[in-house]
Amino acid sequence: MSTTNTPDARSAVNPSTGKLVVGWALVGLPLAYGVYETLTRVAALFG
Amino acid sequence: MGWLDRERTIAPPGFNRWLVPPAALAVHLCIGQAYATSVYKTALVKHFGASLTEIGVIFSIAIVMLGLSAAIMGTWVDTNGPRKAMFTSAMFWTSGFLIGSLGIFTHQLWLVYLGYGVVGGIGLGIGYISPVSTLIKWFPDRPGLATGMAIMGFGGGALIASPVSTALLKMYDPNSGAKGWVASGDSVGKLFLTLAVVYLAYMLFGAFTIKVPAEGWKPAGFDAAKVKASELVTTDNVSARNAVKTKQFWLVWIALFCNVTAGIGILEQAAPMIQDFFRQSDGASLVSAGVAAGFVGLLSIGNMAGRFAWSATSDLTGRKRIYMVYLGVGAVLYTVLALAGSSTTFLYVALAFFIISFYGGGFATAPAYLRDLFGTFQVGAIHGRLLTAWSAAGVAGPLIVNAFLDAQGKPGQLNASDYQPALLTMVALLVVGFVANLLVKPVDARFHEPRPDSVRPAEPAMEA
Repeated sequence: MSTTNTPDARSAVNPSTGKLVVGWALVGLPLAYGVYETLTRVAALFG
Repeated sequence: MGWLDRERTIAPPGFNRWLVPPAALAVHLCIGQAYATSVYKTALVKHFGASLTEIGVIFSIAIVMLGLSAAIMGTWVDTNGPRKAMFTSAMFWTSGFLIGSLGIFTHQLWLVYLGYGVVGGIGLGIGYISPVSTLIKWFPDRPGLATGMAIMGFGGGALIASPVSTALLKMYDPNSGAKGWVASGDSVGKLFLTLAVVYLAYMLFGAFTIKVPAEGWKPAGFDAAKVKASELVTTDNVSARNAVKTKQFWLVWIALFCNVTAGIGILEQAAPMIQDFFRQSDGASLVSAGVAAGFVGLLSIGNMAGRFAWSATSDLTGRKRIYMVYLGVGAVLYTVLALAGSSTTFLYVALAFFIISFYGGGFATAPAYLRDLFGTFQVGAIHGRLLTAWSAAGVAGPLIVNAFLDAQGKPGQLNASDYQPALLTMVALLVVGFVANLLVKPVDARFHEPRPDSVRPAEPAMEA
């Protein structure tokens, strides 16, 4: 692959939706859990 | 192991660059555990019959090793590519837990120093810089956003590791229901083994997902000339060897050192500090221990959010301007905190939140700042060398704060005015950092790597 800044290459850059969903879920879900757990502790500040 | 080589990681046509940030996050979320060591600190003190300081040394060794390994291994990471670097980081980081658990099970504290501190610390350093250069190359249009996403993971890793570790310790310790329970050493050892397995799986997912763009690749519609809106953004390249000879590198080093030292000033004493700021004349504080713990949690969110939000914003404002905000506005907020922070808890919490978000932002914006000044050629290696500022600040920050506070009394029994000398010293440091950042100018052309059509110049000397 040289440069993809050509019409052909641009059309080749299609998102691989399944991989994207799995990849982001693998990191996003634990992160969301961590943020949620932390926010429940933060609630004591405003309780 | 040729399957780890850089050549094997070149993205095929059609590869979606948005798969790269989760790969980077997978590594940073794991190594971010380093900020969740407080969960089992008391358990280790009891298990080894050691002092808090002796147990704290484990974390200090890890952070020093992070800076050293990032500085020493940066060029190796740039040369061998992100897959080999992430794989190596995973081996060191998980081996650190395994050796550490052996030390806990056999009551050998030195093994925990060696395992989690030295071996794990090397994994931290290599893992921290492993995706940076790759992300910058995949996102030349939004380098701040890209590195912000990854480095946010380092802040977020502790948010995950902290509650998960607490739950696992309770599960592994049959006495967890007892009043005043402190986790047993055995349960911490098992926690280490569990973390080793989980982190190995996650980091290998990152290693085998990440890809580097092919030579000459650029996003559709991307025009480097349009990005070069500021004179500070170069289209040339400077090697890591030459970068450390420039004024610019050391000015950014000073700016990062001052920003991190000031942030650590608050992070180090966050819980006792908020209680001391609102201590009444009868010695009782208006802020309970539970509320103080909530405040520490809020700072963790601010640290993580700042890494993403401010670094992404830097793509619009430029890196020098956003550092002026971190250091200049940070100095003003710090001054208000020192002089008027005890007036209301809302003001105190809001000021601390923004100060810590600037601390996180400074970390996350640094790689993009280096890309602007030195190009993409060896930006990972240059970033590795810059992280020695973090190691230095990790030593200097607590030293400064503790030296001032020790002269006043014991944290947890002080009042707001006792903190003023330490906080105003941090303000002075931020001003120094602000001036250093203000002095950053484009790198002299004699440090640039020769372009393909030019003759290589002689090795440049240290910049005057």
